[in-house]
Amino acid sequence: MSARPDAPYDVERVRKDFPILQRSMRGKPLVYLDTAASAQKPQAVIDAIVDLYSKHYANIHRGLYELSETSTRLFDEAREKVRRLLGAADAREIVFTRNATEAINLVAASFGRTHVGPGDEVLITHLEHHANIVPWQQLCLEKDARLRVAPVSDAGELRLEELERMISPRTKLVALAHVSNALGTINPVREVVALARAHGVPVLVDGAQAVPRFPVDVRALGCDFYVFSGHKLYGPTGIGALWARAEHLEAMPPYQTGGDMISSVSFEKTTWNKIPHKFEAGTPDIAGAVGLGAAIDYVSALGLERIARHEDDLLAHGTRLLGEIPEVRIVGTARRKAGVLSFVVEGVHPHDVGTILDQEGIAIRAGHHCAQPLMDRLGLPATARASLGLYNRSEDLERLAAGLRKVVEMFR
Amino acid sequence: MSELRELYQTMILDHYKRPRNRGRPEAADRRAAGDNPLCGDKVTVFARVKDGVVTDVGFEGSGCAISTASASLMTESVKGRRVEEVAKLFDRFHEVVTGASEPGSDLGKLTVFVGVREFPMRVKCATLAWHTLRAALEGGGAVSTE
Repeated sequence: MSARPDAPYDVERVRKDFPILQRSMRGKPLVYLDTAASAQKPQAVIDAIVDLYSKHYANIHRGLYELSETSTRLFDEAREKVRRLLGAADAREIVFTRNATEAINLVAASFGRTHVGPGDEVLITHLEHHANIVPWQQLCLEKDARLRVAPVSDAGELRLEELERMISPRTKLVALAHVSNALGTINPVREVVALARAHGVPVLVDGAQAVPRFPVDVRALGCDFYVFSGHKLYGPTGIGALWARAEHLEAMPPYQTGGDMISSVSFEKTTWNKIPHKFEAGTPDIAGAVGLGAAIDYVSALGLERIARHEDDLLAHGTRLLGEIPEVRIVGTARRKAGVLSFVVEGVHPHDVGTILDQEGIAIRAGHHCAQPLMDRLGLPATARASLGLYNRSEDLERLAAGLRKVVEMFR
Repeated sequence: MSELRELYQTMILDHYKRPRNRGRPEAADRRAAGDNPLCGDKVTVFARVKDGVVTDVGFEGSGCAISTASASLMTESVKGRRVEEVAKLFDRFHEVVTGASEPGSDLGKLTVFVGVREFPMRVKCATLAWHTLRAALEGGGAVSTE
């Protein structure tokens, strides 16, 4: 189904798939540069959800009638699509969650509580999103364990040799982002996994910013857990997924309990359903999963290699354009980056940058990007962040640069 | 651009770049800290109250143009006023920046913030220092001497 990787990328055609991009913003064409926060949705995703509710909807795994059968099949197909997207061996290794945050919480509560004890350590990095900090911090507090943090350089690159030194017999898990949401840094996940595995330490990868931007293969990465959110992958909100090696899922206790995750229940004893159902208590977000499946079809048809190349070209273009404005400083200059341009404007707070750009019809994010420890490390209260999606075009970055010149002018 | 110019008036930019009453007054006996977790703006407001009158006031912190200018102009506007008057002034200021009422001469220089009403997401920026001042005057407590 995928387009040939060398076929030209027709962004104008892609844009026609996104109804929201047809609207104007403050009298100007909308420039949406906040895809790292959440992606806009193609018509195919919207249609899949409407279709399900209009034609096929019923609860799954229950009814003996056709609607329930169809609903169940569509839900199961969505799981299979996630498996293929991540290059996983088996669809039983895919657990649907609300989002990446819930997937991390699931691992912290289930795997973490089982394996982390007093005096043990969980190792994360300094550039994590709060979602990959707070669950581990709370686990460590509960277990009297220690949260350790591998440092990053001023450029925003993980200091691998420091991370290696911090892995010890006490380390029970390494958790890191594949791509930093605040800076765009691509972490050397394969190298980290190799270092951790040499000590028998499992690795969780937060792929929220990676999955929408380039092909991911969990078996090639060699990690143990991989999580992402559907809404950043052009799918609906409320659905995400955890991939975990089957042997982990088999051994892990349930995260939540209730209907659907059981095999049999009496008042004395309950036995758990097979994986992945053991981790999916209650009626799941059926429409969310089906919508996510449609989103995966959509990006797969475009080809994630081509999306990656398109966004890389845009990132280079944007970096060049912002570099031409003396008052603008790009924050995060890692050699390997994806999709994110974080910056500050001299003498102007990022919030004011955001307000002025909004008046130009340009949507960016300003703030700490749910990465306060990273901001503290960089000595900044906040940054402005322009982030790319598969529908952005060179013109969007030219409008951004023009908008930033207005910001500078206004505060001169 | 006209709405933007109204938001970022010359006086606001001036107070952003050169905030007045920055720092902790020597004799301050009230303080409170405020923050806007959404944007990371932080402010600490110090005040000295004598016989029910705010005799001195200052602030520290970092924030956007609106929150910094608001803190700066607030300190100029409340110095020498009775505590009850300050509370009334805040109410009026709040009404004006949220668009609930029109500005009048009673606001003095604070009328420059009238443009905030067109930017509902920035109301919190304009009122952060005021909320913090109110906390300082109401609960206050002694300024730490460390």
